[in-house]
Amino acid sequence: MDQTEAELIASVLRGNAASFEPLVQKYSPRVMATARRYARRESEIEDIAQEVWLKAFDKLKSFRGEAPFEHWLMRLTVRTCYDFLRGHQRNRESSFTDLTEPETDWLERFVTQPESASENAEAAKLLVERVLERLSPKARLVITLLEIEDRSVKEIAQLTGWSVPLVKVRAFRARAEMRKILTKMARDKYL
Amino acid sequence: MSIADLQTKLLAAARANVPGGHVPYAFEKRVMALLADHSPADQLALWVRGLWQAAASCMAIALLLGAWAFFSPATSSKSDDLSQNFENTLLASVDQSDQAQ
Repeated sequence: MDQTEAELIASVLRGNAASFEPLVQKYSPRVMATARRYARRESEIEDIAQEVWLKAFDKLKSFRGEAPFEHWLMRLTVRTCYDFLRGHQRNRESSFTDLTEPETDWLERFVTQPESASENAEAAKLLVERVLERLSPKARLVITLLEIEDRSVKEIAQLTGWSVPLVKVRAFRARAEMRKILTKMARDKYL
Repeated sequence: MSIADLQTKLLAAARANVPGGHVPYAFEKRVMALLADHSPADQLALWVRGLWQAAASCMAIALLLGAWAFFSPATSSKSDDLSQNFENTLLASVDQSDQAQ
């Protein structure tokens, strides 16, 4: 008979570490999908997921069971991803002169006929990835949660541990930061 | 080119690109093996280790400074005595007024 989540957690807390495995199995896809929003290389994604599970095991005592385990785990995942972003601030100062041909084509199509530049195009996905990589960790986290994952400000506050006004301020600054990066990209490419 | 439109378009592209939840083969086994090796950090042991390292560094610095003070040549000449020079400069006006009287 399958044990419920609460029983598994209680068992882990009693010292039976093997009871943790079904939880890892069940929630790893969710953790991996979240990590893929912030890291590109598979090795980095696996490192983030491992870090999340090690932290979850260490901090399991702090899980009070008032909210679902998944919510608690996602908070831990988002915070681990944020730590990862802070530790890997690369490519932030490079220029946009090294865009690939499909990316340049997509951008030129957008300039001449904005409607014909599809957001489903692979080049658009790569381009937005480039832009997101140039954002500061705070801005990237807020843009990802608010604009890409379409979460509410309250949800973001719970996930990040920031206050609601702070999320709003950081969202405003993040949008401005993104516009600045896009302006630089346009200038690098067309001036 | 409208930057706001480009921003909207690129964010729409990011929204359309939902990352998959693919998990590498036997990932949970790897995590469990890591957990078996990983023992929770003993706070007291960490403090003790940190303090011992700090004490050793302080001891090394004290020994080096002691050796330097012991082996450095003594400066007997008066002109090299910084404290004396400083005092003379500071009290020069007092000395001059004493001599004038």
